Amino acid sequence: MDKTIGQATISVDQEGYLTDLSQWNKEIATEIAKEQGIEMTDKHWEIIDYIQEKYKNEEPLSIRGIKKSGVINIKEFYALFPGGPLKKATMIAGIPKPKSCI
Amino acid sequence: MKNLVILGAGTAGTMMSNHLVSKLPKNEWQITVVDQYKTHYYQPGFLFLPFDIYTTKQVKKKGAKFIPKGVNYINEKIELIQPDDNKVLLENGTELAYDILIIATGTKIAPEEVEGMKGPEWHKSVFDFYTYEGSKALRDKFREWEGGKLVVHITEMPIKCPVAPLEFAFLADSYFKNKGMRDKVDITFVTPLGGAFTKPKATKALHHLLTDKGIKEVTDFNIERVDYENNKIIDYAETEVPYDILVTVPTNMGDALIERSGMGDDLNFVPTNKATLQTEDHENIFALGDATNLPASKAGSVAHFEAEILTENILRYINGEPLKEEFDGHANCFIETGGGKALLIDFNYTHEPVEGTFPFPGVGPLNLLKESRTNHMGKMAFRWIYWNMLIKGIHIPFVSATMSEKGKHFEETEA
Repeated sequence: MDKTIGQATISVDQEGYLTDLSQWNKEIATEIAKEQGIEMTDKHWEIIDYIQEKYKNEEPLSIRGIKKSGVINIKEFYALFPGGPLKKATMIAGIPKPKSCI
Repeated sequence: MKNLVILGAGTAGTMMSNHLVSKLPKNEWQITVVDQYKTHYYQPGFLFLPFDIYTTKQVKKKGAKFIPKGVNYINEKIELIQPDDNKVLLENGTELAYDILIIATGTKIAPEEVEGMKGPEWHKSVFDFYTYEGSKALRDKFREWEGGKLVVHITEMPIKCPVAPLEFAFLADSYFKNKGMRDKVDITFVTPLGGAFTKPKATKALHHLLTDKGIKEVTDFNIERVDYENNKIIDYAETEVPYDILVTVPTNMGDALIERSGMGDDLNFVPTNKATLQTEDHENIFALGDATNLPASKAGSVAHFEAEILTENILRYINGEPLKEEFDGHANCFIETGGGKALLIDFNYTHEPVEGTFPFPGVGPLNLLKESRTNHMGKMAFRWIYWNMLIKGIHIPFVSATMSEKGKHFEETEA
């Protein structure tokens, strides 16, 4: 499925997750975040960097993992990405929705 | 004489001992099985115990009965695995040297991972049904309960038998209907997932069933703590769900032995090759069943399919042949839906549960993803199959270790 954001066309799955991380950039991420009602800040980008790093190293993402990472506590994580923090953060980061995720 | 040591005499470990005893030459190999407990529980029965469908006697037997002759069976707690020295230490000081080690230590509930869960209300108003004790305590509670809010809750994934909490909700609906008090019981299903199950296709079918039975769903709920003083569970987004009885599936973790031995991931599951079942770190150590980190369901059927493939890979390993990359994550589960009916689902790493017939294409007699009485009969018959065939390593006719695509209605399939 193709989706147009500004000048760019990206491929996404049915739920709107990027299917090709190489198409990702910060502008696209900012737009996806807006669609989710999120205005990106430095703290948001720090989380996005962290989860992209985990993804590239093929480490599974989970709330438990985030809790242990020391990057952010879970309350803050929810405050930054209200609703489903992992679901929204992975969508903005351009990586697949983690299996069994919230 | 060479040594093959199996850690754990649950479903997976018992099956492996039965498979291997007939395959390994007795004059060359000594097989040893170690487990600290003397009782072998029929774990799928824990689902039925709270509703007085099974008795306590139907779910437990002496473990020694199922370990074949010629296998050395040790009832002792395991202290440590020392993979660099090819040794296992037992609590009583015994050292077991091995040439091949099979880890089948399963998974356990860890209610202490969530604040307030294993508090003063544990097994009083906060229950699990993943242990014999929890399931029995719940049975006693239900027998005298006069109604109120029943919350069925999953803490975090992965869990053993991911469909069990749903089945529990369905059976509770049935149970209270039969007692003539369904109108006094409010049932809510609370899950960290976005829907009723881990696989989208089955989630849709199961969502309809929940609605039909008047069971409420709370999704995307990631529990922070149990407020046992005020009878509610609270998640990180500050959502609160009140309960009178909380039936929770706590965090599932691998055995503490795996952590002590430094061989597990965050949840003490052993990193294992998902196609060969060899552990990632040690070539003479294999793992199967709930103890692995495989992205497959933690279920007896999975252990059963794995055991057939692992047996062959152990023989190949002994003969210095390349391992077969054959395990496809095949799982096959009955889902009790209450009222004497059940669904059946069949899926693997890459294929969603689909509609169709099982095990004979086009014939059945079992229906996939559809409620039927025959499916329920299948589930009930399974207890006999378990004790008499499955753990004894007798092949179940017509059911193959890898998933068959015949007689099933595949639509789109993606990894």
